[in-house]
This record gives sequence, C-alpha cells and structure tokens, in this order.
Amino acid sequence: MNKDVKVIKVKNLCKKFGDFTANNNLSFEVSKGEIFGFLGANGAGKTTAIKILCGLSYPTSGEISVAGFDVYKQREQLKRNIGYMSQKFSLYEDLTVFENIRFYGGIYGLSKEVIHRKADDLLKKLDLQHARNKRISSLPLGWKQKLAFSVAIFHDPEIVFLDEPTGGVDPVTRRQFWDLIYEASREGITIFVTTHYMDEAEYCDRVSIMVDGKIEALDTPAKLKEDFNAVDMDQVFLALARTATNVE
Amino acid sequence: MRVLKYLLQKEFLQIFRNKSMLPIIFVMPILQLCVLSFAATYDMKNTNLYIVDKDLSSHSRELISKFNGSPFFTVKEIGFSVEEAEKEIYKDKIDAILVFNNDFGKSVDLKKGASVQVLINAINASSAGLYNAYISSVIQDYNRKVSASVREVGTGTPVHFVQSSYLHQFNPEMKYIPYMLPGLLVLLVTVIGLFLSAMNVVREKEIGTIEQINVTPIRKSQFLLAKLIPFLVIGFFELGIGLSIAAFLFKIPFLGSVWLIYLVAFVYLIAILGFGLLISTQTNTQQQAMFIAWFFMVIFLLMSGLFTPVESMPEWGQTLNILNPIAYFIKVIRMILLKGSGFFDIVNEIAILTVFAVSVVSIAVNMHRKVA
Repeated sequence: MNKDVKVIKVKNLCKKFGDFTANNNLSFEVSKGEIFGFLGANGAGKTTAIKILCGLSYPTSGEISVAGFDVYKQREQLKRNIGYMSQKFSLYEDLTVFENIRFYGGIYGLSKEVIHRKADDLLKKLDLQHARNKRISSLPLGWKQKLAFSVAIFHDPEIVFLDEPTGGVDPVTRRQFWDLIYEASREGITIFVTTHYMDEAEYCDRVSIMVDGKIEALDTPAKLKEDFNAVDMDQVFLALARTATNVE
Repeated sequence: MRVLKYLLQKEFLQIFRNKSMLPIIFVMPILQLCVLSFAATYDMKNTNLYIVDKDLSSHSRELISKFNGSPFFTVKEIGFSVEEAEKEIYKDKIDAILVFNNDFGKSVDLKKGASVQVLINAINASSAGLYNAYISSVIQDYNRKVSASVREVGTGTPVHFVQSSYLHQFNPEMKYIPYMLPGLLVLLVTVIGLFLSAMNVVREKEIGTIEQINVTPIRKSQFLLAKLIPFLVIGFFELGIGLSIAAFLFKIPFLGSVWLIYLVAFVYLIAILGFGLLISTQTNTQQQAMFIAWFFMVIFLLMSGLFTPVESMPEWGQTLNILNPIAYFIKVIRMILLKGSGFFDIVNEIAILTVFAVSVVSIAVNMHRKVA
C-alpha cells in the first residue's frame, strides 16, 4: 500500500432520489493498493455510492475523483482504469469460460496475444484449465465468483470495486476468494469492497461503516474495535447499525 | 473497430447457442410463407349456394346448371322455401341464396325481363362483394345467351353485343399468391427483426450483464451496432430463404432486381431493428418489450396494405401511414417483383426509409443510458 497516493478522493458526495437521501455528505480517501471495506446494513446506501464511483450513476453533488479522473467529466477514461464486480452475477452464462475472458479482454482493447497469454495464466492460477471450454452455467457458484473477480481485473485496472462479491458462497470458497483479493492488492490494485460478512471486514486494511446514508465510522478494524470497546467487528457493526432508521 | 469485432463475436455466439433460435430462423419462414400463402387468399372457391326454385322451368334449370358447372360454386340444396334457406344462412352453412319466382320461365319466354333474387351473407363485406360479382357474372353470361337466342327466334336478325373486356396488367390472371407473397415476406423479416431486437438489450438488463458492460469504456453506438448487425444478417438470410421459396416453389414473377430488394431491405431492416432496440433500451423486462413491440407491430401491419388496400382507408389513416415503414416496404417489394420497377421508380420510398433508419437508430443510441 502506498499511503501517499490517493486513488479515490471523495468530498461531500450527496445522492438524492426525490426526497430520499441515499448518500449524505460522504467524504473519504482511499490509498493505492489499499483494501477498503465499505460496510453498512441493507439500504444504507453502499451500492448507490459504489455505482457513482464506477461512473454508473450521477452524483447529486460533491467532488469525486477515481483513479485521477473526475466522475462528471472524464467517465470514459475513468472506466478504462477500473474494474467492477456487481452483486448480480455478471459473466455470460451461455458463453464458455474462455469466451467470457476473451470478450471482456477484447472490449478493453487488449490484443489477441495478450488475451490468450493472460487467459492461460489465469486459468492455471484458478486451477480451471479443465473448465476452459465449459459454459459458465455449468460451473459451481464459487468458481463463477472467483472467475468473475479475475475477469474484473483482467485488464489490470488501478482500482476494482466489488459489490458483495461473496454473497451465497461457502466459507472455504470465501477464504479462497480473499486470497485472490490479497494477491491483487499486492500487485498494487486498490480494492474497494462491500460486504455483509463481518469476518471479511477484519481482512480489510481500513473499514468504513455507513448508517442511513452517512459514514459513521472509518478506521482500521483494530482501531474501531478499540474505540467501540468491542471484541470483534460484529459488535462494532451492531453498535452502529442499531441507530439506523432506513433498514429494509 | 476491434472492440466491435469482440462484441459481434459474442452476440453471434449467444444467438446461435439459443436453442429456440434455429427453429425461428429456419422453420418459421418456411411455415409462415407456405401456410399463409395458401390461407390468406382472396380467391373465391366453394361458395355454398342454396337455390329456391319455385319455377321449375327449363330456364331456371338451365341457369342452375350454370352454377353447378362452375368451380366457384357448390349448390348445396335446392328447395322451395326462402325461410328454410335463410335458416341455413343463420347456421352459416350457406353463403348465398338464389330465388327463382314461379313466373321466371314465363317472363324469359315473353321477353318481359325476368329477375332472380340474390340474398348474400354479408358478415364479411369484402367476400360478400366477391360473391355478388361472381354470381352476377354467371347471370350476365346466361343473360346474353338467352337474349341472343330469343331475339334470333323472334326477329331473325343477328344481334350484336358490346362487351367490355379487361386486361389486368402485371397480374393478368388476378392470382393472389404473387400479390400476397411479397407482402408476407415483409411480414416475416419484420416480425423476426422487431422481436429479436426488442428482446435483446432488455435481456441483458434482466440478467444483469448490462451493468458490467456499462462500467467498460464501450461506446453506446458500438454496443447497439453490435446488437443490430447480427439481426441484419439474419434478416437478410430470412429474406433469401423467402425469396427462394417465392421463386422456386410458388414461381411468382421476379420482374425486378433482387439486388434492389436487398438495398431496400437494408435500410428497412435498420429502421425496424433500430426501433426494436429503442423499445429494448426503454423497457426493464422482456415482457414489457414484448407487449410494446406487439402493439406497434399490429398497428403497422394492419395499416400497411398487406391484407387491405391502403387506398380504401380513411384519409387520416393514409396520412398516418406516412410514418409506417412496413407500408413502404410492402409497396416497394410488390412494385419491384410484379412490375419490375427500378431504382428511380422507388427512390422516394428509399429516401424516406433511410430517414427513418438514421433517425430511429440515433434516437435509440441517444436514449440508451449507460449512466442512470
């Protein structure tokens, strides 16, 4: 992690849908290579914020720059430098593993040779060589998730946004998934991740906790536990989330 | 360009992996053309007649035998009561009733001017018109013969008749297949093009992959072009199958240039596919897209002149047709195939379709949202 280089800078981000304020004056910065946990109960406004940072949604106000690009004016350059894995599973079920990799590599402008070389490396790393020509629909969920993550960082983005990437996956596979996240972080990719699992929050370098559209806490897991006098992140989260009114 | 190549590769793979796709592409056109060409007929065959003959003279029998001998009529029953005959009309067993009163034969002999009453089931006005015309022509034919023989017997002088005769140019035998089939071809490529394109983008919304596309630097125009091109290719292919069936199976005339048809089909399909994509970008579920596409399809089609002549529509309807792409293509494909019209005869229609194509695709690209 390089604390001097800030790859995400958010100042006073607000997003309103009519009368409802989904994001209320968020301000934070994320350093290069950091694993940044973005926590909050359902309806707290996590997905709204992540969509704004990815250029999928317009903010109502605020100054936001991602990978050095402004979310208002430089969305296309911004998109070139980020990866995104959404809550909804995003690979094409009717295409094979390799066809998905080739497609996403291709639309980011990678050359055919690079795509083939990187695809081979990736399948080896995931131990999925045997599944290269299998349709995604035939794979177990855990494999799909790992593959989706690998595809999201296939074009070597500066930052990858993960919106509840491990939903519905067993603990062993979640652990393997986090190994992939650590590896990407070591390679200098910044990880911005939302999750419901508090054990995963412990894996993050820093964690922010959103309640009712506001960031109520932001620090390292160790510091948060100390501040809230809690034994684990679960207790920290519950202490904060109880104050919420927007819970689904 | 390279990005477009990868997008197209993906679209084609997905289209041909869809199990229902191959039947749609291969079976649907053949079934549609063959079934509809025979079913959607304007020809009148098997008109069921009920004859009420109160006269029972040699004259009435002679006229009845003329109907019996015609391939267009089946004399179902001969009776004496108009009421009985009308009951059969209520049961829909009979299309028309011919009534000979008991003075028919006498009036013919006396040259007083005999009359036959014709009662027609007119629930369907256009077929009633046809029954009327067919029945009248049989009676006219008989009339000429009778009056000629009567006069010859009476005066001994030869009788001259002035007869008008028609030459139906371009479709001399008034066959319906050469007329219907080109229109059905248009129907075919329109249904396939409109529905496939309308369901496509919205499908990616439903399964969630559109979000993954939207975080990439793909341009909206590239994305939609990659959706449009495969269906254009499929549309061309369908048109090819359809034209071959028309040429080799139905042997309809091909007076004009097939290349010209393809030129028109090119702009026409872009307009239709653009419209489908516009629907797709503005809806959230395949169900919504389906209903909207169906709504426009039915309106465009019924107003297009495929089944009913555009000229008999009220004026406001004809004016609305200015916006109906199907009407232009049906008109033009009939002109090219049956009359052999060339490029300069249809340049206006091509120009209008081009305006449609360009505007609807630009609207679709503009209305498509990568950012909410």
